[in-house]
Amino acid sequence: MEPIAPILELKGLSKAFGGLKVTDDVSFKVMPREISVVIGPNGAGKTTLFNQITGHLRPDSGRILFKGQDLVGRTTQQIVALGVGRAFQVASLFLGETVLDNIRVACLSKLDQTRKPLRPVSDFKRATKRAMEILDSLGLARYAARQAHELAHGDQKLLDIGIALALEPVLLLLDEPTSGMSPEERHLTRELVRKLWKDFNLTLIFIEHDMDTVFGLAQSVRVLQSGRLLAEGPPEEIRKNQDVITAYLGEEVA
Amino acid sequence: MPSKPKTANTWYLLIFLVLFSLVPVLKTTNYQMLLAAHVLVWGLFAVSFNMLFGVTGMLSFGQALYYGMGAYGAGLCVKYLGQAWFFPGMALGIVLAAVTAWLLGHLIIRVSGVFFTMLTLAFGQLGWQVMFKWYSFTGGDDGVQNIIPPGLFSNKVIYYYLVLALVGASIWFLGRLSASPMGLILRCVRQNPERVRFLGRRVRRNQQRIYIISSLFTALAGGLMSGVDYSIHTDMFYWTTSGHVILMSILGGIGQFFGPLVGAAVIVTIEDVVGAFTEYWSLIIGTVMLVMVLGLPRGLMGEISQLWTRLPGRQQALTTREEGN
Amino acid sequence: MDFSFIVVQLISGLTMATFLFLIASGLTLIFGVGKVFNFAHGSFFMIGAYVGYQFSSVWGQNFWLSLLCGGLFAGLLGMVAEFFFLRRIYGRADEGGFQILLTYSFILILDDLVKLVWGTEYKSLAKPPALSGAISMGGIVVPTYNVAVIAIGLAVVVAAWWLLNNTRGGRIARASALDREMLSVLGVNVPMTMTLVFGIATALAGMTGVLAAPLRSVTPGAGIEVIIDSLIVVVLGGLGNFWGAWLAALLIGEVNSFAIVLVPKWATLFSYLVMALTLIFKPEGLFAPRKVRRV
Repeated sequence: MEPIAPILELKGLSKAFGGLKVTDDVSFKVMPREISVVIGPNGAGKTTLFNQITGHLRPDSGRILFKGQDLVGRTTQQIVALGVGRAFQVASLFLGETVLDNIRVACLSKLDQTRKPLRPVSDFKRATKRAMEILDSLGLARYAARQAHELAHGDQKLLDIGIALALEPVLLLLDEPTSGMSPEERHLTRELVRKLWKDFNLTLIFIEHDMDTVFGLAQSVRVLQSGRLLAEGPPEEIRKNQDVITAYLGEEVA
Repeated sequence: MPSKPKTANTWYLLIFLVLFSLVPVLKTTNYQMLLAAHVLVWGLFAVSFNMLFGVTGMLSFGQALYYGMGAYGAGLCVKYLGQAWFFPGMALGIVLAAVTAWLLGHLIIRVSGVFFTMLTLAFGQLGWQVMFKWYSFTGGDDGVQNIIPPGLFSNKVIYYYLVLALVGASIWFLGRLSASPMGLILRCVRQNPERVRFLGRRVRRNQQRIYIISSLFTALAGGLMSGVDYSIHTDMFYWTTSGHVILMSILGGIGQFFGPLVGAAVIVTIEDVVGAFTEYWSLIIGTVMLVMVLGLPRGLMGEISQLWTRLPGRQQALTTREEGN
Repeated sequence: MDFSFIVVQLISGLTMATFLFLIASGLTLIFGVGKVFNFAHGSFFMIGAYVGYQFSSVWGQNFWLSLLCGGLFAGLLGMVAEFFFLRRIYGRADEGGFQILLTYSFILILDDLVKLVWGTEYKSLAKPPALSGAISMGGIVVPTYNVAVIAIGLAVVVAAWWLLNNTRGGRIARASALDREMLSVLGVNVPMTMTLVFGIATALAGMTGVLAAPLRSVTPGAGIEVIIDSLIVVVLGGLGNFWGAWLAALLIGEVNSFAIVLVPKWATLFSYLVMALTLIFKPEGLFAPRKVRRV
């Protein structure tokens, strides 16, 4: 039997700003359908790592293989087209548009219909239907006609995830999906992310600080510290890893 | 808070067209019809400009370049080739404007924000200098007079209806555009270009596209104006012309599709009334601009529609957003 | 074209470069510190020139006193404009566009105020008597005033550089360009700093207006010519690049000075040409280090 190929593979990824190494020789593999979390103290280089995967930053050295293709040197547009999606730490929305249009513009982009100048947006049935489906699965359908800036903070973060989903990604990167939420909201979001993972056949990598979410959701954990990969493995192992406990978890768990 | 441009309401457009089509029918003087034609042409110019500024967030200070090209296309063709060349000349001016916008767009859309604005200004002034100094060809500061549209259209009333029809059709098209997926992505470009890249769309490509479209309709406005005034002048290329159309848009409301049109009507009227009494016109429009920018950034139409939505006690924003760390 | 002719044109180019640089550096300073683009910067140049004319030609005052007063008046006016108007739109959505529109309204208002006070005809301002002669070096005759202007320009460059690097005010100005929030945490009055910086830059523009007045007549509407020229300098030099602006001013000054003799009719087009070529081949500015630009 042929072994399953990893969907994402980082090989010796390094990036420095001035003299500061923000990503230091990071290598790991993510398998298809895996739910993986990246944790680490503030400034460990988690978001920087995401920025390199999605083409916002160009690594100094190393390779990023997505389905066997190197992403280094490609533009964000090309990387999105290959099937990498991303939701942001601070929801990145079109605040003056309706909730529906926020998703619909993404659906239209996916269908390559954003150059159509003559028919009103609502005439595009396929994109509209798809957008409503996504709003439904996020539980935001009742706000469809509201403007995005009228949404509560937690809902804005969901909408951000929705925009990413509309682009039909294979791999979805979530940057702190539960930050700024109350414990109840976190729980709901956690369950929602799990449902989305199932419904949309996703491979997930997320950055998280909330340990309940980390251990309640992730199948594998990677710990970054000062740009280096400190440890990786299943959650139970990481929980027992002495290095991790002293370096990071110590503050919160011990 | 970014406000969404109201998608073009066909009813507004119809009312507008009916009102303006009545102008020659009612017992108006030629002068009043001329004013109405000015409102139409400036309205088209302002709506085209606002596709750039209000919709896409690109503040161009050089649209006079395209306005002038349309006008001089028609005017110079009539001067050198004869009256019959009025419409072909206008078409030539429009094509030239589109090609120029395509070429210049490659240069100036590389930079954003203030520098985009200043480069449009610089290239606009370059165009003015060329027209101003190339006296042997353009007539320089003297401009060109006696540009009378050919045949049937030499009749002022018939030409007025032609202007109305072309302006109406253009505004209808731009209204459709702003409600279409293309308009939606352009508004998204203004609000969050970073996210647009993440939709797999190219920001600059979209900006380039609307820059060309806007310039094309601007040139049409210029061409039409040459037949309204029977003359062209290098001032059409001058930076104050670009500034004028910006003022109209701001005054009417850049967040509303019909705002710039209303702004054009107000400014043309004020100019007519006040212009007779004072030579300090730029002091007045400067003060209007100052007040609008500081106190009423939504513009007249924007403030009205704001009042309208407040009236029925519409639900207010739910919560404040907090910035993540 | 003989040697002395070339030298004379070089000097005249240097003089123009000095004016351009003095204006562009103020523009760059304001933009660097406060992220504000002062579209009306050229109008402060114009106001300075008129106030200088008033003192010198109308009231018969000493040239240097007129220079000082022109600068002071423009600077005060700049501070008033910043304090009462510009400040109110900081942080608004689409701020950049509104800054331009607001400063555009300053241009319109100042242009007409100048016409109200001084009329529309050209005004002239005499050179200071001590500098009205010419210097002869090895058979080449150069106007003393041009040499003095170049010297003053150099002195301002050195002084500005020293102030920015060695005084508390200079450090605050440089630091607020980096991080406004951090500064206010440290107890620096950031809004006041901005007003002051605006005042200094507009005073510089006003003084340049007086300095330039004996060489070019004083007219309303000079503001827009000047702003476009100095904008070209800023684009060429690279945004916020002090030395880049200096080199770019030199380039534009010299190009203009030679073009004016060789192809007088089309001379003004050359600076646009240089700008267009720069944008095509090195959009980040001629003298800026190559940076990764975002797509």
